[in-house]
Amino acid sequence: MSTALAASALSTAAPSYLSPAGVEIAFVLIGLLVLGSGLLVVTVQNLVHAALWLVVCLGGIAGEYLLLGAELVAWVQVLIYVGAIVVLLLFGLVLTRAPIGPTDELDVKYKLPAIVVAAAAAGVLVTVIIDAYRTVWLDPRDAVPQGTNAANGAALFRFWVLPFETLSVLLLAALVGAIVISRRGAESEDDA
Amino acid sequence: MHTVYPLLLGALLFAIGLYGVLARRNAITVLMAIELLLNAVTINLVAFGSLIRDQFNIGQVFTLFIITIAAAETGLGLAIVLMIFRQRGNADIDGQRQLAEPLGGPADETQPSADAAALPPDAEAGEKAEPTAQALATTEAAR
Repeated sequence: MSTALAASALSTAAPSYLSPAGVEIAFVLIGLLVLGSGLLVVTVQNLVHAALWLVVCLGGIAGEYLLLGAELVAWVQVLIYVGAIVVLLLFGLVLTRAPIGPTDELDVKYKLPAIVVAAAAAGVLVTVIIDAYRTVWLDPRDAVPQGTNAANGAALFRFWVLPFETLSVLLLAALVGAIVISRRGAESEDDA
Repeated sequence: MHTVYPLLLGALLFAIGLYGVLARRNAITVLMAIELLLNAVTINLVAFGSLIRDQFNIGQVFTLFIITIAAAETGLGLAIVLMIFRQRGNADIDGQRQLAEPLGGPADETQPSADAAALPPDAEAGEKAEPTAQALATTEAAR
């Protein structure tokens, strides 16, 4: 498979490293923004700031989707993640009376194992990915027709109808479960 | 565009999320780190989707599915975190030593994690033996 990918890459005359395209530069810059804000999400000592950095990180990822040619996914990312999930997390912060100011209660006492595991995962993944895909190129402009609403809708309702419906039932079950769990906690509080 | 760029972004974001899951103690920050993990996976999916461009549009469709599952997971996880906070007074993950729900209300169970760790083992065993009223009744009957 790698030979086929390499052959297809060679047939399209692999671009050089020295003159990156504009989309490549934009991708790397937004990627640095995403990585930096992601690092702040997991390290900053202020819970509300962590949630707001998560907005920056997820919004940057939406920009990356746009640069990869996935238009509908990018706007769904903005709607669902930035619009709904982060707001849900902020509600959670408010409802658990989380410490609003900077605290040192957010992290575990011994961070060294976590750093070791994360660095090992990053090292293995980066090594394998660079080794496997260093000769493969993609042109996001070729993927733009696949990222439109029409193409996504056709694929979703022509080939993926059953998973789509199953997911809707799963979402309904999860929301009902969340409501039941919240109600049960309220009842036990009333009893006490 | 070099394929390595989006894949590297996904890999590094995955490592950051992994660090967050392992190093954070507050449950809501762990949920945020799980969002980072899921987004790292979806970046990979979208990148491979624009690389392969199959007729099923599998990368982007699966990304939409994962976003849906992430919404469900966050809602459910947050409900569980809120319930644990209501019953025990804090939402620290490594302070939760008991699997069972406490018998009383939140009043007699508000103990910081340091106290829970410093409890003598017999006291913990005594608390574990009576998780619910029904289990209490069965243990009484057994005696």
